[in-house]
Amino acid sequence: MPLILTDEQTMLKDAADGFLTEHAPIAHLRHLRDSRDADGLSRDLWRGFGEMGLAGVIIPEAHGGSGLGAVEAGVVAESLGRTLTPSPFLGSSILSARVLIDAGSDAQQTAWLPRIAAGDAILSLAVDEGAKHAPSRMTTTAERSGNGFRLNGEKGFVLDGHIADALIVAAKTDGGTTLFLIDPATAGIEIERTVMVDAHNAARITLRDVQVDADAVIGAVDGGEETLNVALNLGRACAAASLTGAGDQAFQITLDYIKTRKQFGKLIGEFQALQHRSAHLFTEIELARAATLAALQALDAGRADAPFAVAVAKAKAGRVAELAVQEGVQMHGGVGMTDAYDIGLFMKRVRVLNEWLGDPGFHAESVARARGF
Amino acid sequence: MDDLEAFRADTRQWLEANCPAECRGPMENDEDRVWGGRNATFRTPAHKQWMDVMGARGWTAPEWPTEYGGGGLSREQAKVLASEMRRIDAQMPLSSFGIWMLGPALLKFGTEAQKKRFLPEIVRGEIRWCQGYSEPGAGSDLAGLQTRAVDHGDHWIVNGQKVWTSYADKADWIFCLVRTDPDAPKHLGISFVLFDMATPGVSTRPIELISGKSAFCETFFDDVRVEKENLVGELNRGWDVAKNLLAHERTMIGGMGEIAGRPVGQIAADTIGTDDQGRLADTALRARLSDLEIDAAAFRLSMERVGDQVKARQVNPAIASMLKYYGSELNKRRMELVMTAGGSDALEWESDRSQHGQDARDWLRTKANSIEGGTSEVQLNIIAKHLLQLPGA
Repeated sequence: MPLILTDEQTMLKDAADGFLTEHAPIAHLRHLRDSRDADGLSRDLWRGFGEMGLAGVIIPEAHGGSGLGAVEAGVVAESLGRTLTPSPFLGSSILSARVLIDAGSDAQQTAWLPRIAAGDAILSLAVDEGAKHAPSRMTTTAERSGNGFRLNGEKGFVLDGHIADALIVAAKTDGGTTLFLIDPATAGIEIERTVMVDAHNAARITLRDVQVDADAVIGAVDGGEETLNVALNLGRACAAASLTGAGDQAFQITLDYIKTRKQFGKLIGEFQALQHRSAHLFTEIELARAATLAALQALDAGRADAPFAVAVAKAKAGRVAELAVQEGVQMHGGVGMTDAYDIGLFMKRVRVLNEWLGDPGFHAESVARARGF
Repeated sequence: MDDLEAFRADTRQWLEANCPAECRGPMENDEDRVWGGRNATFRTPAHKQWMDVMGARGWTAPEWPTEYGGGGLSREQAKVLASEMRRIDAQMPLSSFGIWMLGPALLKFGTEAQKKRFLPEIVRGEIRWCQGYSEPGAGSDLAGLQTRAVDHGDHWIVNGQKVWTSYADKADWIFCLVRTDPDAPKHLGISFVLFDMATPGVSTRPIELISGKSAFCETFFDDVRVEKENLVGELNRGWDVAKNLLAHERTMIGGMGEIAGRPVGQIAADTIGTDDQGRLADTALRARLSDLEIDAAAFRLSMERVGDQVKARQVNPAIASMLKYYGSELNKRRMELVMTAGGSDALEWESDRSQHGQDARDWLRTKANSIEGGTSEVQLNIIAKHLLQLPGA
């Protein structure tokens, strides 16, 4: 498989870029933030995304989706990274949809997949606990109770959890991990909206003796770990794509800036100090792009080394995007520190995407283990 | 697809029958390479045989046209050949600046007669080439070169000095940049010429390097006669040929990061030890190693992606500089870590245990990677020029 987009994938990219540039440029994010929008995102925009087939990009056509793969999901995630559009794409269309497609019952799939694809319902996956991503150290429990389970624990960094129509909660059961599909209005659930630094919203979710029926289980009891890992890896690869998009866009606006700003009677882009740093960054972004596309292709091909490729991509794209926004603010100089310029918004989003589903250090650890040192 | 699978089956069978056992398995060090040429040396007779059979089939230059001795393979077939050679761990039958650098330039700029004359003997490993580019006063500013070629009707008389000429003392012919118009702007007075290193007036002197090796030479030209039929490209437009050739050279040097010895993590595990979970006991080194793994993996994928872009004609003109810059810096980083992982074992310069300082010599050798073929700083200049496209840049 060549490491470039096919013609169809390029068309999808053009469509997503076109839609977002027209309907959700960075001004859209600013408006949501400054008006203190109750949802933190636009449901109308999201339905429009659904009509374009983008909200259901990985959902099978039988359930109203586009039936495409990880590469296409990554294409959309990259576009969202360029425009910084707040959307339920990663939490709902990727993580939650993947879990339901892979392990959901007919009833669960029929109830939710068409609505996710239409941009009509938003689902959130609650996996993180504590400040750092560490799914292997999960402590939320689900004990057998009545004809179902009783859940206790605290979840955090649940993207769009404050407006979720349904929650997918990962919890420890006697013999492993189990995934539950839960109505957020269920007694014992407390949801606190957390407006994050990038103005995208997440939630802290407290579960206190939350009683659910047995049919809330997704897939097999104790059998959720593999399903969760597959979804998390797709989420990580899409986050890498979003990081690449955000990093590249931050780089492009920085290039535009140093080609117009004059000091000492010259364009500052004429100074070799900035030229070399720009050239280095360009090179790093090309590497991040190659690593990300390779990871997405590995997921589509179901290759055994896909988790390794994903770890490389998330770590590399994260570090590169971090470099891009830091250099971006520095090369903008004083105006880079102002809210009026967009470069600071990229810095904030990159910070969040880097933390989400494992920071570069988390993934470097996976790489070291995979390489046997 | 079926054709490609049939090609794979034929290739596998042919390689099994023709690749001698001595030529399978990793090369122990750079001295084992086969360079061909009039005075070729071979570690074993099998290595000569391997070069000869591959050369006869054109598979030392698989994608060159058959009329010039090449294999005439498509890119897809060449990938199959490479993967089948990797499968049996076949060594490279011939290392050659003729194949890596001069050949692609001749195919693009050479006359029909030049291609017919020079390419087949390159493919068969009969003539070993060296590159006469840098001069004492023209390193990064290569176009400032001063070696003069004075017009004498049907030939030129060349005087001057080259430096960093790899293997000039072992080469049969040289492709060389000379100044044919001293009054023109510096890029516009250079020509690209070919001549025999046995021509009277050519002499070489090896330069001893910090690695203790002498792969490079100083090369002197004292009234050397060069025939005009050996001009490649147009008179005074040699810079165009040189730039095209440099792109091939840069991709080649960048790709050297690919040559993998024993994984660094394994070396470190032996010298440093591991904790009860099998992790390297030195956590700081472990972090640097995992960063290297990530960057090396991403770089390999970038190389692959560039190949695919070239095929799809999407290539960015700065791409060769990008690969050269990143690959050579990566290679240096890798060898720094090999030395750190090896500890005092890796410092032994003369012991059998260290294969006479193999790692230390390789470590020192990599320091040239970001200098030869255009320094990292020159590559960054080239990338920035394409990136910024500033007026007057």
